[in-house]
Amino acid sequence: MKEYINSGNKDTRSGFGAGLAELGRTNPKVVALTADLKGSLKMDDFAAEHPERFFECGIAEANMIGMAAGLAIDGYIPFAGTFANFATARVYDQIRQSVCYSRTNVKIAASHAGITLGEDGATHQTLEDIGMMRMLPGMTVICPCDYNQTKAATIAAASYDGAVYLRFGRPSVPNFTDPEEKFIIGKAIRLEEGDNVSIFATGHLVWEAIEATRILEQKGISVDLFNIATIKPLDVKAIVDSARKTGKVICAEEHMIAGGLGEAVAGVLAGSGCPAKMKFIAIDDVFGQSGKPAQLMKAYGLDAGHIVEAALSL
Amino acid sequence: MAKEYSMEQIASQVRRDIVRMVTNAASGHPGGSMSSTDIMTWLYFKELDAAPENWQRSGRNIDMFFLSAGHMTPVFYSVLSRRGYFPVEELSTFRLFGTRLQGHPCIEKGLPGIHQAAGSLGQGLSVALGAAMAKKLDGDSHRVFCLIGDGESEEGQIWEAAMSAAHQKADNLVAITDWNHKQIDGDTEDVAGLGNLEEKWKAFGWEVIVAEGHCFKSIENAFSQARAKGDKGRPVMILFKTEMGHGVDFMAGTHKWHGKNPSQEQCDQAMAQLEETLGDF
Repeated sequence: MKEYINSGNKDTRSGFGAGLAELGRTNPKVVALTADLKGSLKMDDFAAEHPERFFECGIAEANMIGMAAGLAIDGYIPFAGTFANFATARVYDQIRQSVCYSRTNVKIAASHAGITLGEDGATHQTLEDIGMMRMLPGMTVICPCDYNQTKAATIAAASYDGAVYLRFGRPSVPNFTDPEEKFIIGKAIRLEEGDNVSIFATGHLVWEAIEATRILEQKGISVDLFNIATIKPLDVKAIVDSARKTGKVICAEEHMIAGGLGEAVAGVLAGSGCPAKMKFIAIDDVFGQSGKPAQLMKAYGLDAGHIVEAALSL
Repeated sequence: MAKEYSMEQIASQVRRDIVRMVTNAASGHPGGSMSSTDIMTWLYFKELDAAPENWQRSGRNIDMFFLSAGHMTPVFYSVLSRRGYFPVEELSTFRLFGTRLQGHPCIEKGLPGIHQAAGSLGQGLSVALGAAMAKKLDGDSHRVFCLIGDGESEEGQIWEAAMSAAHQKADNLVAITDWNHKQIDGDTEDVAGLGNLEEKWKAFGWEVIVAEGHCFKSIENAFSQARAKGDKGRPVMILFKTEMGHGVDFMAGTHKWHGKNPSQEQCDQAMAQLEETLGDF
């Protein structure tokens, strides 16, 4: 197994902020909007350096999405940032009509996604956003795993012509991907090659899956491990080839089972005539609650230990 | 065409188009289309600097128009085709399978003149505001227009956009309300207590003009005031007092024709009241 070096814990939202700041300096078409969450989304550098290209929309997310669409019509590349709940559920119809159906080149920057939002509790812990965004025709869904990858994904999103949903989180997590690696939308990233079980992980669960792979290897189980940073479009070939080889699949994500990566993978496997035994490391139809991120991940079964357990039970 | 026919003559043809389109499709929204016919006719034949040959979706170097009340496609498509954006004959395909003239405006079908999809109410003003901001960034002095319904003004997003437009000093944005006091379920006062729109828009920091929406003198005057008030740091709202279903006696002044198509017999009856000027599609 390769060695994965954590260069120091960082939050993925800061990766977005760094990517946006770099875009601000290199691409005059990039504009940014927020709904009173400039600091939380780490947009301060962009806003300070390009005040004319930064739009503070106040606590009015629907209008923010509409404005972003209007800016995109003219050829600007807007990044509209707020918490994932307010970036999806609250403005679903606006994203559906003004962004996707209108084919506007809007990037939805969604921070504080998932249960690791922590103490704020269930109202803010979005666990349905991947499903909602996946369902929209024309929407690309990206869920990077660490700071470096979030920065790279942000930069890649600006070069891609079309609506993108960028999902990232609040807590500091291991930062281990190569800072020089370019993000390729739609490509599954193979981390480990193995024969016994496939693990497809996304977002914060990638590091947990690496930990799990290490433990499983010690038990003599070799893991075909992928970082699925693009959930839509899925890298169908990589997923089907792996599942065909191992016949056992685990999907790990900080999201509801319903609508998430696991269901997407299950759909792909069923449609490809490639049935596999599956386990879902995801939240099963309940809301979250207040707590520390690590505590919540463990309590809701979203950690390395639960991935190992799932692999052993397949 | 604009020089040969008076505004009244063009508007009469547009109303014929509207009634014939919804009759042909056996569906659609004639009521609001007919209340905004005169405003839309003036806008496209006199006001907008957006000749069909210069039109592009990006709106660069032209005035842009956004229909936020997306159900008013009959008047929108009629005026666009009569102005030359696409062949008038295409009006006969309105709402039929495979048409570019979808029930509500869309981008996917590539109909010239459409900058943005609309239909789910309340979204267009925000999009228009974004487009207005883009024009400021571009240094483009053209303006952005947006038509909303008075019933549509019950949507919260309209007031989000209202507050934001004033805050952003979007003085290149001209919003227009088709103030016909009617919506699907009845009078706007009975349904939702819409209240004093003039004072509401003023309170949100807009320049507000109130005008008669079926009098071309008043329409001309309103748009000329809007031009004068523009570029002074505040967005402009023109509240046009109109009548739903205006132009056909049995359709006028009632909410019942918001989204209902006439029978062939009723269509014939309406045609007898509207002069054919530019020639039916």
